[in-house]
Amino acid sequence: MMLRTAGRWLLGPASGVEAAPAAALAAAAARRGYHERVVDHYNNPRNVGSFDKDDADVGTGIVGAPACGDVMKLQIRVDEGSGRIVDARFKTSGCGSAIASSSVASEWVKGKQMEEVGELRTREIAKHLSLPPVKLHCSMLAEDAIKAAVKDYEAKKGKLVKADE
Amino acid sequence: MALLSRRLLPLCLRRGGPAAPRALSTAAAAPAPAFPSDGEEEDSITVKGVRISGRPLYMDMQATTPVDPRVLDAMLPFYLSRYGNPHSRTHLYGWESDAAVEAARARVASLVGADPREIFFTSGATECNNIAVKGVMRFYRDRRRHVITTQTEHKCVLDSCRYLQQEGFDVTYLPVRSDGLVDLAQLEDAIRPDTGLVSVMAVNNEIGVVQPLEEIGRICKEKGVPFHTDAAQALGKIPIDVNRMGIGLMSLSGHKIYGPKGVGALYLRRRPRIRVEPQMSGGGQERGIRSGTVPTPLVVGFGAACEIAAQEMDYDHRRVSALQQRLLDGIRAQVDEVVINGSMEHRYPGNLNLSFAYVEGESLLMGLKEVAVSSGSACTSASLEPSYVLRALGVEEDMAHTSIRFGMGRFTTEEEVDRAIELTVHQVKKLRDMSPLYEMAKAGIDLKSIEWSQH
Repeated sequence: MMLRTAGRWLLGPASGVEAAPAAALAAAAARRGYHERVVDHYNNPRNVGSFDKDDADVGTGIVGAPACGDVMKLQIRVDEGSGRIVDARFKTSGCGSAIASSSVASEWVKGKQMEEVGELRTREIAKHLSLPPVKLHCSMLAEDAIKAAVKDYEAKKGKLVKADE
Repeated sequence: MALLSRRLLPLCLRRGGPAAPRALSTAAAAPAPAFPSDGEEEDSITVKGVRISGRPLYMDMQATTPVDPRVLDAMLPFYLSRYGNPHSRTHLYGWESDAAVEAARARVASLVGADPREIFFTSGATECNNIAVKGVMRFYRDRRRHVITTQTEHKCVLDSCRYLQQEGFDVTYLPVRSDGLVDLAQLEDAIRPDTGLVSVMAVNNEIGVVQPLEEIGRICKEKGVPFHTDAAQALGKIPIDVNRMGIGLMSLSGHKIYGPKGVGALYLRRRPRIRVEPQMSGGGQERGIRSGTVPTPLVVGFGAACEIAAQEMDYDHRRVSALQQRLLDGIRAQVDEVVINGSMEHRYPGNLNLSFAYVEGESLLMGLKEVAVSSGSACTSASLEPSYVLRALGVEEDMAHTSIRFGMGRFTTEEEVDRAIELTVHQVKKLRDMSPLYEMAKAGIDLKSIEWSQH
């Protein structure tokens, strides 16, 4: 009896009890849910669309496979003289994380030099979107799409140069 | 302890302030906990990073159903005043509890055309399936070594069969046709002299297909093999008669027919008697088949749900069929390339599983947060594998990724269906605009001819 009253006195009014469930819920929601940025990119995707594939200054990268559920098409428009990517468009069929990853990728390549984007790390996109481990392959696919677009543009340029010669 | 005399006690108590009655966080009257939100709109909830206004429309009746208020009314007295243990033989509390259990048993039995002595209460259809598959085979382990089931069964049946395989039994997993129905000729061929059980579910939980129970029962009776069916999704929705359908064992679930969660029933035929080895050891309750205190309130709820289902089955069926047609017509009027998974003729109308070509399921679900539906997509299952049921149907992997299951029931309204149509069509169109596959398909490129660069 004495110990119980002493305990009650020490704890004071029900301070700890109500706070705990709310805090636990908040923590749980943050642990389980989509990151805000993923939802944002899903609801307002940047740079959705297409360039004409046959344009000389457009590089197109298509990666993925319908069988595993993700297909990404990333197109870059490159300024011939400076080698800088001036615009990008993407189209993705995939889960929310895949859409967000390719949307982020399309934003980040804009204004960068072609050599720079080759060094884009997977971790950066994944970290920016707080992707859980099971979704890391989505950001890897986005990186592959960028590399494929760059390679396609260079191949086109190579062909044109050859044709001129 | 003379230190704290009675005089000083009040002082000690008052130190921490008046002892306010601490509200339990689980109390029904407690305000709902505030989800982390930016506090913009009063009515909106932010869950998993997505903001929605109010609670979503519930269209996932195959996962579970709300408890019918009439069922809850029947259950409450057995929680609050008539709370005896039905196995207490010595006082009124036990007697009245036992009477309630037996009354519920009779109701469950009459819904399926059985005798009350053939119904055994369990914790749910999963437990029933375990008892049926493992219990039957282990009882007859000397003479019967073979089990036949289908590839579209519920995981608990498939897992029990896999467990038996480890114990040395043989299992045949019958394939299904592309409409989801089992091939009867194949079934007949697969039966061996040492087959101890054929297990085919009545209504599939993912695609809603209804198997030809009478024909299967007839085949099993001819060959002398017990026929088990998992009727969790079928009870109270399609008419079941264990004698007409030749059923030997049947698994039933409470929370699929607007009853409480945590209760189910196993039907075990008496004539000819099917014996099982009990999976739960204990005091021998439920005629030794399933030990453990029978949970009176849950069982009473199950009985009430069955009684209501018996009365309202026809009306519900007609209503839900009309809703399904409305949903299908509404979606098809506005988007093309929609595929229905599973047979349309042999279907329980409350389960509509659709695939939207060129759209991925998880991204569609992400945009459908205002409608509670589920998907057969890889991304939504814990592994990255698409649903095994759709694969068994022969659905192509890319279409399996895009499936959505709409589940409608007794409490679904036309307004909910219309809103679901609106939201679904909007999301599908948006995702198709974003989809390179749709773009290519519209340009006339054959997607199957492309070599994808996988990583």
